[in-house]
Amino acid sequence: MRAMTYRGPYKVRVEDKADPGIEHPNDAIVRVERAAICGSDLHLYHGMIPDTRIGHTFGHEFIGRIEQVGSSVQNLSVGDRVMVPFNIACGTCFFCARGLLSNCHNVNANATAVGGIYGYSHTAGGYDGGQAELVRVPFADVGPRVIPEWMDDEDALLLTDAFSTGYFGAQLGDIVEGDTVVVFGAGPVGLAAARSSWLMGAGRVIVVDQIDARLEKARSFAFAETLDYREHRDIVVELKRQTDWLGADVVIDAVGAEADGHFLQHLTGAKLKLQAGSPVALNWAIDSVRKGGTVSVMGAYGPLFSAVKFGDAMNKGLTIHTNQAPVARQWPRLFEHIREGRISPRELITHRIPLEHIAEGYHMVSAKIDGLVKAVILPPTA
Amino acid sequence: MAYTADKPTPPPSAEELRARIPGWGADLDPADRPAFPKEQSLDLNAHWDFPDEQPEPPGGRERSIEHGRLTPVFGTAQPLHGVSGAIRRYAYDRFSEARAAHWLLLIAGDRVDAGGAHLRSLFSRHPDNPITETGVLAERRWSPIGDRLGRADVRHQWIDPFLIAGPWILGAAGVVVVARRLLRRR
Repeated sequence: MRAMTYRGPYKVRVEDKADPGIEHPNDAIVRVERAAICGSDLHLYHGMIPDTRIGHTFGHEFIGRIEQVGSSVQNLSVGDRVMVPFNIACGTCFFCARGLLSNCHNVNANATAVGGIYGYSHTAGGYDGGQAELVRVPFADVGPRVIPEWMDDEDALLLTDAFSTGYFGAQLGDIVEGDTVVVFGAGPVGLAAARSSWLMGAGRVIVVDQIDARLEKARSFAFAETLDYREHRDIVVELKRQTDWLGADVVIDAVGAEADGHFLQHLTGAKLKLQAGSPVALNWAIDSVRKGGTVSVMGAYGPLFSAVKFGDAMNKGLTIHTNQAPVARQWPRLFEHIREGRISPRELITHRIPLEHIAEGYHMVSAKIDGLVKAVILPPTA
Repeated sequence: MAYTADKPTPPPSAEELRARIPGWGADLDPADRPAFPKEQSLDLNAHWDFPDEQPEPPGGRERSIEHGRLTPVFGTAQPLHGVSGAIRRYAYDRFSEARAAHWLLLIAGDRVDAGGAHLRSLFSRHPDNPITETGVLAERRWSPIGDRLGRADVRHQWIDPFLIAGPWILGAAGVVVVARRLLRRR
């Protein structure tokens, strides 16, 4: 099969690779019809996530058709069109039994602090991802779901991570009616979080970023006020000024390890890998939320320590909620929202790129050029 | 501005927001939010108490020492091999995830893996191509300067060539120094 493979920091190519096979009775093989590049794939692409091995195929957002099933698969058949959540989960361990599907204890031998994720290095279990023609899907009876007839393929694709994660991030904010919500990062997840904040009754939503096209998307897609942090000497002071000098009730960090904005933190985190990533966005979140407020963190950080301002978080009495989204748990309610016309996740898509051109796709996502917000990858057989 | 018990600027009314934002307030009730409460049991279609175990590959499978056992399912995408594999194996066998050494060794293993793969590629029919594989050709079709004008991330891009090329230059310098010393000894 043809598959994207990692060749070292900033280098990927498409090459022929052995087809994946059934390795466990509850495995399925999925022929990918649509995949996407996620902002968190950049952490791998830039060499930030430990144990990213040469030859690894990235991609944890994909939909496709069941090509083959293992002997114990009961709920899916060859030919079914499925959407696959980015978390791999067994369905019965201590954590799955409590709905913590992103924290499954039975799928990642390499670490206990993170569950299994497709195409996310051996730190997340060592599973190849969906930026390929075929992908091995463990626990096929637990994760994948047949795409409803009425659902648009690209809405389904966006529900495998980006939109579900944004929706989950808004929930982590514990928003109550009338809350002022600030979202750092106008990438797909930040935009989804901003849009979802309204569903939960926010009174005001402010999105902070530096890319004009993304700020425009925040206004048109998420109905949000926007702030370009380049235009303010100190974005925290500006946010305090705009919130009656109290601070926002809820702040959502949808940036994570690659945050710009402070040269030294970016250098030590994103560039030199001496921290778990650049903590600029997280520190801005801690500083700009009001006392007693809630910080929601969906931005992905690496496993090393970080210079996070925890003293301020403690002194302000903050609640900090974090996790990778348990994606499949979000789906029933998100299906209702899409069906009722409240949201349309596919509006986030700006680029569709053939798999054979994925190196250029990664460069564009990394450099954030051409107004790119969300890139969909099209395998040759799609 | 006086600091009082109420927010000086009250939020817009629910009617106003409902008129302006599609779906506003659909999840106002926390019971409608899938993640609330945080921990809840779900019907996940799992027809096992403990899953069947995936066969362990020959040579074993590295695992975090914070796990009590090998997980019943695991990835087999890129097994350990060579020098990078030895570094990674040591990181997994010796240090827990709580130790910086664990992660720093894994990052070192990544760099050794990447350097070795690059060198090996030079002797293959498909050597690494820094032009096509970095995707930089995408710049031709867009507006490389206009798209970046004034952006904060441009402030630190000057350091990228040093970080990417630096290890290669230092490595090459090291080889030259060692070679010269060996030649002088003769």
